Amino acid sequence: MIPILILSIFSGGFAIFSIVAGSLSGPKRFNRAKLESYECGIEPAPQAFRGHRLPVKYYLTAMLFIVFDIEIVFLYPWAVAFNKLGMFGLVEMILFIATVFVVYAYVWRRGGLEWD
Amino acid sequence: MAAADFTAPSIAYGALMPVLIPAGAAIVGVLVDAFAPSTIRWRAQVVVALAGLAGALVACGILAGEHHVTADTAISVDGPALFLQGTIAVLGIASVLLVADRSPGMDGGAFVASAATTPGSADERASIRSGRIQTEVFPLMMFAVTGMMLFPASNDLLLLFVALEVLSLPLYLLCGLARRRRLLSQEAAVKYFLLGAFASAFFLYGLALLYGYAGTVSLGGIHDAAVSGQHNDTLLFLGLALLAVGLLFKVGAAPFHSWIPDVYQGAPTPITAFMASATKVAGFGALLRVFYVSFGGLGWEWRPVAWGIAIMTMIVGSIFAITQTDVKRMLAYSSIAHAGFILIGIIALNKSGLSGSMFYLLTYGITTVGAFGVLTLVRDPDGEATHLSRWAGLGRRSPLVAGVFALFLLALAGIPLTSGFTGKFAVFSAGVSGGATPLVIVGVITSAMAAFFYVRVIVLMFFADPLEDGPVVVIPGGATSSAIAISVAVTVVLGVFPQPLLNLANHAVPFYH
Amino acid sequence: MTSTTTAAVQYAHATGVFKLTFLLILLPAIGAAVLLLGGKRTNAWGHLLGCAMPIGSFVIAVIEFFALIGRDGGENRQLDQHLFSWVPVAGFHVDANVLLDPLSICFVLLITGVGSLIHIYSIGYMEHDPDRRRFFGQLNLFVAAMLLLVLADNYLVLYVGWEGVGLASYLLIGFWHHKPSAAVAAKKAFLVNRVGDLGLSFAVMLMFTTFGTVAFDGVFNGASSGHARTGTMTAIGLLLLLGACGKSAQAPLQSWLLDAMEGPTPVSALIHAATMVTAGVYLVARSGAIYDVAPHARLLVEIVGGVTLVMGAIIGCAYDDIKKVLAASTMSQIGYMMLAVGFGPGAYAIGILHLLTHGFFKANMFLGAGSVMHGNNDEVNMRRYGGLRHVMPVTFMTFAFGYLAIIGMIPFSGFFSKDKIIEVALDHGGASGWIFGIVAIAGAGMTAFYMTRLMLMTFFGNKRWPRDVHPHESPKVMLVPMAILAAGSLVLGYLLILGGSLQHFLTPSVGPSLEVGAHTISPVVLSIITLAVVAGGVGAAWWIIGRKPVAAEQAPNVRPYAHATRRSLTGDAVNEAVFMRPGQYLTRALVYFDNRGVDGIVNGFAAGVGGTSARIRRVQTGFVRSYALSMLGGALAIGTTVVLLRVGS
Repeated sequence: MIPILILSIFSGGFAIFSIVAGSLSGPKRFNRAKLESYECGIEPAPQAFRGHRLPVKYYLTAMLFIVFDIEIVFLYPWAVAFNKLGMFGLVEMILFIATVFVVYAYVWRRGGLEWD
Repeated sequence: MAAADFTAPSIAYGALMPVLIPAGAAIVGVLVDAFAPSTIRWRAQVVVALAGLAGALVACGILAGEHHVTADTAISVDGPALFLQGTIAVLGIASVLLVADRSPGMDGGAFVASAATTPGSADERASIRSGRIQTEVFPLMMFAVTGMMLFPASNDLLLLFVALEVLSLPLYLLCGLARRRRLLSQEAAVKYFLLGAFASAFFLYGLALLYGYAGTVSLGGIHDAAVSGQHNDTLLFLGLALLAVGLLFKVGAAPFHSWIPDVYQGAPTPITAFMASATKVAGFGALLRVFYVSFGGLGWEWRPVAWGIAIMTMIVGSIFAITQTDVKRMLAYSSIAHAGFILIGIIALNKSGLSGSMFYLLTYGITTVGAFGVLTLVRDPDGEATHLSRWAGLGRRSPLVAGVFALFLLALAGIPLTSGFTGKFAVFSAGVSGGATPLVIVGVITSAMAAFFYVRVIVLMFFADPLEDGPVVVIPGGATSSAIAISVAVTVVLGVFPQPLLNLANHAVPFYH
Repeated sequence: MTSTTTAAVQYAHATGVFKLTFLLILLPAIGAAVLLLGGKRTNAWGHLLGCAMPIGSFVIAVIEFFALIGRDGGENRQLDQHLFSWVPVAGFHVDANVLLDPLSICFVLLITGVGSLIHIYSIGYMEHDPDRRRFFGQLNLFVAAMLLLVLADNYLVLYVGWEGVGLASYLLIGFWHHKPSAAVAAKKAFLVNRVGDLGLSFAVMLMFTTFGTVAFDGVFNGASSGHARTGTMTAIGLLLLLGACGKSAQAPLQSWLLDAMEGPTPVSALIHAATMVTAGVYLVARSGAIYDVAPHARLLVEIVGGVTLVMGAIIGCAYDDIKKVLAASTMSQIGYMMLAVGFGPGAYAIGILHLLTHGFFKANMFLGAGSVMHGNNDEVNMRRYGGLRHVMPVTFMTFAFGYLAIIGMIPFSGFFSKDKIIEVALDHGGASGWIFGIVAIAGAGMTAFYMTRLMLMTFFGNKRWPRDVHPHESPKVMLVPMAILAAGSLVLGYLLILGGSLQHFLTPSVGPSLEVGAHTISPVVLSIITLAVVAGGVGAAWWIIGRKPVAAEQAPNVRPYAHATRRSLTGDAVNEAVFMRPGQYLTRALVYFDNRGVDGIVNGFAAGVGGTSARIRRVQTGFVRSYALSMLGGALAIGTTVVLLRVGS
């Protein structure tokens, strides 16, 4: 019980400290790039519609990245434990990759990979 | 966990067929969407989805009477799981039939071609003009069904969470696909998503606390730890409470019900039917398993809270339903009240409570799908006519549709000789024998109050003067007709001859873990 | 006066002709299904099918009745037929069975006999109605449900029939639903009945928790074994009485019956005079074993009966609407029956006797009233009648038979049954016996007054009908049933009382009738007193109404008590205040709380923190926030409670 309490006090305190400290100490010089939704250098294209929403295409890229990223996340531990898992692991992983491949095929056929 | 003591789990694929077949159908559906020409895409999707659900139903039938604990105790395919999986398959079939109807009167179906376009923009008008429709509805539904099938069979908390997310994510999307009233629909999707994520967080935190308590996430392991009573109970009860919040959110119990009216109203009506029936069955399936397996031996500590939630849910659902002027919202509040009634079966914690709850879920689900199905037929020029005043005098202009709707309302009210009565009876008598008599009394009073607003709609349909410019009742296509016909038949047959199904439910208990 | 039904109740299995019992219910049910589902195709022959079904049931009932008489007394006359297992939930078992015993066969004969006559009458009465087929379908539905009610062998099946007759009554009152008054009356009847039904359903549940069964034999044996606490039995008795009050229009749930007269007149005759409204009397008589061990509940039955008896009679004096006068008189007469069955063992049979004779003469008079309306362009105001005996002689004659029967004129049927009730009341002994006896005699006088008023205003005196109305006699298809019922009004009472035949016959169901050594007042003297009071009532009516011409319009400035009477003794106002208003206030308060309370707090909070209106511009966003907040609050409450309970235990 006590460790949980201490932990929650620490985590809550850290969150508050970060926000307060950041807003107090940092210089406040805004430029256009800072006001972008994703401050990572990529221009959201086309421009957000009447300042309301970002186009879906941008998210699509992010989602595709996550799909394949997750695949690697699963593949790595499997590779480490490959000897222990044997045939069972191989079959399961083939099923998994096949399923991800279905997603890939879907995205490809429906034009998700066609860049402007 | 060191790699040295790692062993590969064995998985009984045969026993998992009710889960795997819909999953397969979903994947095939994605491929159909990718490769089939657009002319046959819709029809092919309907066939794949129905085949997947029928296959799952057949698999449940074949497995009936068996029980397997597989995947290293993570999954338990036993009587209750199979019963509920069969129920979900049946409800899924009816919902898919409602979704599949694109007959001329239906105005091209309930779904939008492109869900992401801004409401009212030129893009949206263009997408409506193109006459395209989103065929991804079917794979999404099948993914949701996969999660629902897994949900009541999950025998450990982590898998339970995975199943919860698998069933929820497609539903969030499906809510935003309504062809009409786009803003309402998108809002419903976002609301559902935000609150659903919030509830999932509670669930995860509860899971973490329970793992901290028992050192395991398997339901049986938590039960053993709780019975041995060697650990700090506070963790156990806090974990239980937070876990329950996540599950109660999914089934729509008060005070976690607030999303239900908005989301049910905004979502496309066939999807509302699907959510109100199948999701609720799956959610209660999981709730039943968690409480009967893990916390059944705990005795009275959590009962007062559960009683409070059940009472609040019944009262909130019944009373707020009275003031509704929108038929969809009214049915939404009614589904909240029904959640309260089913909670009585859970609190009873005896065999008849389990079988009664399962029977109730089936009867309630079927009737609900039918009622929402009827809702899709009554239309104004700009979509479904859901405002109550638009239904005035419908009985005189379309006696058949109004009569069928009246039957569903009577069943929801629990009038004898409908399935609703038998279900309520089973749950209430289990409640009495489980020592929850006060709860049953509240249940009876609130069902009497609930009867008021169901009957009010019937009175309005049959005794009010028809409107001059009243809504049109479209002639349904074969798909909707058969969905409604199935509902009518089951509602009546289970009211008059409930015995075979009650026997089936009785034989399905208990849980194995 | 102690319990006389000590022998354990046991039912024999139905064999031979008694295996046809289920057909009694099935035939009208089939009729209802065919007529209501068959649509326009059945229009041509629908009314014939509608009549054939209850007649078929009646024939079966007569055969079974004679077969029943042919068996020896006792349990051999109580025959149980198993149809199917209805609710086989673990630990709770209800069969769908039908029980044929002397009590139920009496009702079956009344329902199918009078019912058949009214069906035939309706062929003529509803001839010009485009919805005649639907009418017959719903009437058949009623007959089926009513038979299910009286033939049930457990309270749950009885409850199904109980709800069924309520539904049929609701549909038939609102049969002309294009009339707003009919639709409102139907709704009112339904809602008031729900209050009563709630009582019955609670009673059934309480029986189940007390005895572990809802079957008649199990409950009655459990009740007479004396194991259950008296408090529980009293509660069951009171809850059953609440149900009976709703269905039988007894105080304080009486107000719906007057409005129910909006339905077609055959409906008023069958449902709201002869059969359904007597279901409450049936329920109390059937549950005799429960009331035997609950004396307090029994006293309340007597009080309800006595109060309603007087109330109905007073209301009957004030109305000018012929059907409403008859409806008020029905309330009053059912009050007599309630009073009788309230007196317990020995008097049940008397209550049933009055119920049977009343079924005949009241149905007779309602059909007569229907005939009068039929000949007068559906006018119901008696001030527009007058002198009708010359133009409608047959209607007048048959109505007169009913009139003489209800005021208890010797040798008409009402004399035998009502006299018996007064006699039993006085023999009851003690102060309550005297009070109820005098109330019953006074009621007889008032009955004579208002019924004579009705007769005088309708059939005698000056002609007051408007120039464009030409009263005429009704067709034969209506007159023949009236004549048969009139004959019944004359002879039925004598036949049933002959040598105590009905009392002996009913003994297996309700216990033997009471042998009284010495009467409080000798029966002959009592009859003379009663007849004198009745004559006084008739004379008073003639003195006030008969001597001078009746005004065609109601006098507007009447004294307060007459005003109250015309408002049904404020029955509506009471119901509104007790049942309707609190519900409305609760609902309104909750809506207010939801709009202003929860959302208000949350919106206000958000506005206060954010400081800008932009944040709550879109209400939707505010809602999500409030939802999340309520979820968080709920989770905190649950967590706290669980932990507190843990610490506390």
